[in-house]
Amino acid sequence: MIFLDNLINGLSLGSIYAIIALGYTMVYGIAKMLNFAHGDVIMIGAYIAFCGLQYWGLPPVIAILAAMAVCTLLGVTIEGLAYRPLRQATSLAVLITAIGMSYLLQNIALMIWGANPKSFPRTFINGASIRIGQLSISSATIWTILANIVIMVALTLFTAKTKMGKAMRCVSEDRGAAELMGINVNRTISMTFAIGSALAAIAGVLLCSSYPILQPTTGSMPGIKAFTAAVFGGIGSIPGAMIGGVLLGVIEIFGKAYISTELGDAIVFAVLIVVLLVKPTGLLGKPVREKV
Amino acid sequence: MTKAKRNRLIYNIVTFALVIGAFLLLQSMIANKSITRSLKGQLVPICCWVVMAVSLNLVIGISGELSLGHAGFMSVGAYTGAVISGWLLNAHGVDNTTLRLVLAIVAGGMAAGVMGALIGIPVLRLRGDYLAIVTLAFGEIIRNLVNVLYVGVADGRLTFSFLNKSMPEGVTMLVDGAKGAVKIKPISTFTAGFVLILITLIVVLNLVNSRAGRAIKATRDNRIAAESMGVPVTKYKMMAFVTAAALAGMAGALYGLNSSTVVPTQFTFNQSINVLVFVVLGGLGNVLGSVISATLLTVLPEMLRAFSDYRMLVYAVVLILVMIFTNNPLIRSVLSSAVAPIKRALRGKKQGGETA
Amino acid sequence: MKKVFALLMAACMLLSGVSALADEAVTLKIAHIGPTTGAAALYGLATLHGAEIAAQEINEANGAFKIELINEDDEHNVEKVINAYNAALDAGAQMILGTTTSKPCEAAGAQGYTDRVFFLTPSASSTAVIEDKDNVFQICFTDPNQGSASAQYIAEHGLGTKIAVIYNNADVYSTGIRDTFVAEAAEKGLEIVSETTFTDETTDFSVQVADAQNNGAEIVFLPMYYTPASLILKVAADKDFHPIFFGVDGMDGILGVEGFDTSLAEGVMLLTPFVATATDEKTVNFVTKYQKAYGEIPIQFAADAYDGIYILVAAAEKAGITSGMEPEEVCDLMIAAMQEISVDGLTGSMTWDESGAVTKTPMAATIVNGEYVFE
Repeated sequence: MIFLDNLINGLSLGSIYAIIALGYTMVYGIAKMLNFAHGDVIMIGAYIAFCGLQYWGLPPVIAILAAMAVCTLLGVTIEGLAYRPLRQATSLAVLITAIGMSYLLQNIALMIWGANPKSFPRTFINGASIRIGQLSISSATIWTILANIVIMVALTLFTAKTKMGKAMRCVSEDRGAAELMGINVNRTISMTFAIGSALAAIAGVLLCSSYPILQPTTGSMPGIKAFTAAVFGGIGSIPGAMIGGVLLGVIEIFGKAYISTELGDAIVFAVLIVVLLVKPTGLLGKPVREKV
Repeated sequence: MTKAKRNRLIYNIVTFALVIGAFLLLQSMIANKSITRSLKGQLVPICCWVVMAVSLNLVIGISGELSLGHAGFMSVGAYTGAVISGWLLNAHGVDNTTLRLVLAIVAGGMAAGVMGALIGIPVLRLRGDYLAIVTLAFGEIIRNLVNVLYVGVADGRLTFSFLNKSMPEGVTMLVDGAKGAVKIKPISTFTAGFVLILITLIVVLNLVNSRAGRAIKATRDNRIAAESMGVPVTKYKMMAFVTAAALAGMAGALYGLNSSTVVPTQFTFNQSINVLVFVVLGGLGNVLGSVISATLLTVLPEMLRAFSDYRMLVYAVVLILVMIFTNNPLIRSVLSSAVAPIKRALRGKKQGGETA
Repeated sequence: MKKVFALLMAACMLLSGVSALADEAVTLKIAHIGPTTGAAALYGLATLHGAEIAAQEINEANGAFKIELINEDDEHNVEKVINAYNAALDAGAQMILGTTTSKPCEAAGAQGYTDRVFFLTPSASSTAVIEDKDNVFQICFTDPNQGSASAQYIAEHGLGTKIAVIYNNADVYSTGIRDTFVAEAAEKGLEIVSETTFTDETTDFSVQVADAQNNGAEIVFLPMYYTPASLILKVAADKDFHPIFFGVDGMDGILGVEGFDTSLAEGVMLLTPFVATATDEKTVNFVTKYQKAYGEIPIQFAADAYDGIYILVAAAEKAGITSGMEPEEVCDLMIAAMQEISVDGLTGSMTWDESGAVTKTPMAATIVNGEYVFE
């Protein structure tokens, strides 16, 4: 019974990691950059949704849409202003810029919304939990898992079927060649950021529905954990992010429940290291063949 | 002397001259009390961050591996240094602060070096972003473990315990779990920091210009080519990684002994990132650049105190702008064409000086 | 004779003229040091705002003292706090109101001990803050104090015997309270059935709550700030687990969190010296002004810092501090004066001994219908 309870807890934490990891992995797969500001876009999305619900009295769905719209705009702006000028630069330069952007977003949030934590209001997402015997599953978990599945399927279909999706895959495979084939690389990458940031808004709402505390630093630790999850599953792989996220959540909860709460994070990272040593490109990552 | 060799020599001389010059200038300012408290208080931390940046540059710029866990090594050094210093004082009554400081720094370096070797063996098999995430993971693991570490000294013996604080009677705590290393007697001095910078520069510049250094750079530029030339890639990468870890440990010991207390939360992932920023802004592989950027970026937030609550905002904007300005080819070409006449003038002067 | 009298009169007038000059307000330069940016900004801004309100009141009252408040940010960082401290002294601070958080206060206080600078910390509560230093005084209770008081309260009021403890093992405040609570609980015959930890970054508390629930805890002791506590309350409600939650002073503020469903906190008990909903005149005045100025309900940190300014003024009056006196001189005078004064503040009536620890009485409150009710 306790085992099942822990498993459910692990799944709900993991599904949150998964949904954040999806955004990470998508941007990484196509733009080939670690967007460290992703966690902070999530935080902004959650704040917008919070404002929508708490101050403007919007219905939940509209508040989420508003958050998605703002985040999409934000993502595209960040990409255009900060990352696009660095398209030819080393990946490290881009990484540092992303870190700078992460600081910037956190401090802007601190200025606008202050340091006091906000509690994310109740919506249909975090309604009454569902009970089966002694087990209880919070409704936020169910929504998160549903959202994960829908997003994963939609993203897979989008990249496989649509023209833009195909362009994304081309850019991901070989940016130079894609450009030669007449693909507008800048527009494709902008589009990637737009989708990634809209997903971040959803992730923000779901994150704060499960753990209803909202602060300017809300996005950073889940961001790092989700990034770890994306690497765990094989960064760049959409199903990989999903599997990596869920596994990471389950491992974290089991580590805390059966070994020690003090060492929970150490256990997560230790498992990650072991996995990467056995499979250096993550669970579903494709091994890269080097040509001489 | 070949041109390349001469340029390298000039570069090294300039690096050392700048560091020694800055030290003498600051010492004279301290002597005639024309230095603000605020700057004086930052001198030792600046030395620590310079050593951190130069050592990380060895891994990132010269060996070409992205490491995100450098603060982990610093914490190993800081804790080891604090324990050794506390032990020498409490158990052996070593009153000589210089001796304690030197022994603590050496011990901190050794402990971090050993840790670097332990981590390096499995990790250096990985490449690129995967290596980055694993170093990040190790940094977090170190922090997590230090959080549940208890070290005390009683009857001249060190007692360690892990996870739960079970200590004998009459123990003096040196490391107290989440409370960190406690009751440290601050013994770090600016002179010690300066000497540590010199040692770091000598070690790193020598390594870079040696046979091993050329092998390391060859591995960075093209691993496969280097491997097929018979360069033992892993060995050289290990060499760079362990050296960097040991130097970070020494910086950590100096850093830890500069304050009355050290906590695990000082060595988070964000701290590793800060050092990374020093390295990237200073220029990958550019040792002098690391020295300058670590100094400036440590002092900058303090100078921005006038902006009070906006200063981290300003810092973030400055960081982004600097990255764009130094890395965008278009802006760079505009900038360099603006700078070119000045450069030419300088060069003309120098050449003129030489011919005369 | 008349001449002599006139002369005397003149002398008197002269003297009174001089004393009128001396009556001109003394300006105290007080530096507030605390984290006003970063993850702990919430606490640093609270102490800053509380201090600002007190300083404004004193300045508007046109009394014997004027306050010039200097603010320096320490980012809740042991290295940065030394910079903040030095910057404050460079700016001419005579004494320090701070620092807000424990570890930085330990480091800066030690530096101040060497330099002879007086510290009055509103909220740094670990014992290490005042240990081995005569220059640091506290306004809040020390952590061990709260831990044993909580265990005593639980035992004396027979709230239950099976206790679960959830604490932040990366936090000095939380571990400090937990250590003495566990020791005192053992003495009082209370049984600790579950003990689990978390860190600053933790948002998922399902394991901790499940452990308490599965071990049949009747009371869950929460030595922590209200942010993680609010998450724990939510998880417990989701799991249909309703023990008595018992908090400490860090719990105050939970009802002020915007958007918080206060029904989750129904029945929570806590020991605290200050609640924002108290109806005495002082609290109402402070809370109204604070809300007007900053749009938020003040937490206990703000109240501590508000008291802090008044305490500093009271001590400065006793010690005879004058404008422009050097910090070194101020320090010893203030240390002596602090042990003689007693201050009636928002957080109770306070006196100090030479250790620097405060003596005041905590009050036990229960949350009923979203309001604190005192016994």
